[in-house]
Amino acid sequence: MSSNAGAALSCQELSASLQGQPVLHRLTLELAPGRWTAIVGPNGAGKSTLLRALAGLIPSLGRVELLGRPLHDWPRKARARSLAWLGQNEGSGDELSAQDVVMLGRLPHRAWLAPPSSADHAAVRQAMEQTQCWDWRARPLGQLSGGERQRVLLARALAVQAQVVLMDEPLAHLDPPHQADWLQLVRGLAQAGVAVVSVLHELNMALQADGLVIMQAGRVLCHGAPAQAETRRALQQVFDERLHLLELEGQWLALPAAPTPRAPAFSNVVPLKQKAD
Amino acid sequence: MSSVGLKTTSWPAWPLLAGLLLASGLALAVGVAVGSTGWALDWSGADPMQAQILWQIRLPRSVGAWAAGALLGLSGAITQGLFRNPLADPYLLGSAAGARLGVALSLAVLGGTPMGMQWMERLGLTGAAFLGTLAGVSLALAMAKGVEHSLRLLLAGVVVGVVLGAVTDLITLAQPDILRTMQAFVLGTTSFLGWPSIVLMGGVLLLSLAVALAASEALDALTLGEATAQSLGVRLGLVRVLLIGAFALATGTAVAQTGMIAFVGLVAPHLVRNLCHGSHRQLLLLSACAGGLLLLTADILSRWLMAPQELPVGVITAILGGGYLLRLMHKRKYGGRS
Repeated sequence: MSSNAGAALSCQELSASLQGQPVLHRLTLELAPGRWTAIVGPNGAGKSTLLRALAGLIPSLGRVELLGRPLHDWPRKARARSLAWLGQNEGSGDELSAQDVVMLGRLPHRAWLAPPSSADHAAVRQAMEQTQCWDWRARPLGQLSGGERQRVLLARALAVQAQVVLMDEPLAHLDPPHQADWLQLVRGLAQAGVAVVSVLHELNMALQADGLVIMQAGRVLCHGAPAQAETRRALQQVFDERLHLLELEGQWLALPAAPTPRAPAFSNVVPLKQKAD
Repeated sequence: MSSVGLKTTSWPAWPLLAGLLLASGLALAVGVAVGSTGWALDWSGADPMQAQILWQIRLPRSVGAWAAGALLGLSGAITQGLFRNPLADPYLLGSAAGARLGVALSLAVLGGTPMGMQWMERLGLTGAAFLGTLAGVSLALAMAKGVEHSLRLLLAGVVVGVVLGAVTDLITLAQPDILRTMQAFVLGTTSFLGWPSIVLMGGVLLLSLAVALAASEALDALTLGEATAQSLGVRLGLVRVLLIGAFALATGTAVAQTGMIAFVGLVAPHLVRNLCHGSHRQLLLLSACAGGLLLLTADILSRWLMAPQELPVGVITAILGGGYLLRLMHKRKYGGRS
């Protein structure tokens, strides 16, 4: 029995700890298909941990459902085909060519040790063209700049052609034109019915998402559209009222603001926690 | 990042493999021709003494040196891929110390010298080295609490090496009659290799190569990090167990037959990666071939440099390998990973 059959990814009472420290506290969340959701919050709020727990990459308590089915009930390969993951600062296959790296995204679609099919090749080419890295497909990853490498890794995640795509800081190292491309790409994915979930530090990008999950101290403070006043209030709250939120041509922007002269009696930003790798 | 700025002449993998095999064949011919009295090659078989030397001493020794080198090169490629650490030498993870302890234990209990060894004894020695390797690596992994922290892993390997080395020394002190044999093991030598060793090493090479190749896609996925590999459906636990088993078997067998030959396992994969950028399927095969060629070359040098006297082959590989690594260190600055 599933209470949220319509959700692409959902969790109930999700708790997780890192090295014995509780990081997520009985979190409940529902992410709809065909929507791009950005997870935002101050450092140490548990954003990356939430993403990892949703992907089943770290042990957690509670219930996570992928496409209406408990995550742990999925056969390994079928799950890998349905849920794609793009981490941040993970290992880097320096020796592999860009195309080989993207082809790894097709691993869940192939039988063990089977050579890539024409469908695999087509998916790899499509993903690499989407992130504009097809032209240097033969270059080893170790010889690429940070931004180029990030585009290859993004193509790797896209090549899985999953219905749910989780990305942790996907904009790292990308220059503004490629950030804009990424935005377009993600919107295209959402239009095609894919649920995209990304942890973002850049609030201006996050404010363009269909939905914002605002986190504070391991809890979800608010889950709503950026256009809703309530969502923006929560955003101000977690960032210590230190944002200027402006509306420009129907788009919300966040600018950092200097501290207000009257110092608040207490801070509701949790102290910086050691960010677990 | 670490390879940025490195010269980027990249060879295609399969021609490189063919080239390495061809070079190995040539080296094998040279290895059979070089003897204690200089060049002597007489295939006619007219002189039974000469034929005996060729077929029972030089040929098995050369083929055996290649096989042992291939085992070490393969172990090096497996460990560097599995631990995603360019310094993960089979000898730096406590494995060689474990293998040496296994050999010392089995010699102390069963007695015997490598020269007079029969099939069962050889198998027993190899089995003991295999178990010792497994124990050494497991101990290092347990101390390092996994493979995530490269530095902790290397330090744990060093600690395990020192402690197991001390235990080995105690056993050697208690049983002085194994002292000479152990000495040969520590220096590394190819002079005791006979046909039984070759059959054993060949079989183990095929087996561990098959396991490693079967897991090569997982190794490729692992280069993108454990989380990504897991998200792609890789069974990390199973892959780790299989690969550590294959690596322990390969290292243990090589150490049991030839002793502690340093640096081949570390240098062979580095050499290959500098020549060719490829997937692990290619890297594993190439590293095995490069390791074989390296050790065979070192074996020829050891017999030829001071003929009729013979240098321990481990000394030659240590000098060659150490020099190569020194050059590599000057050429590129290591980041955390390569």
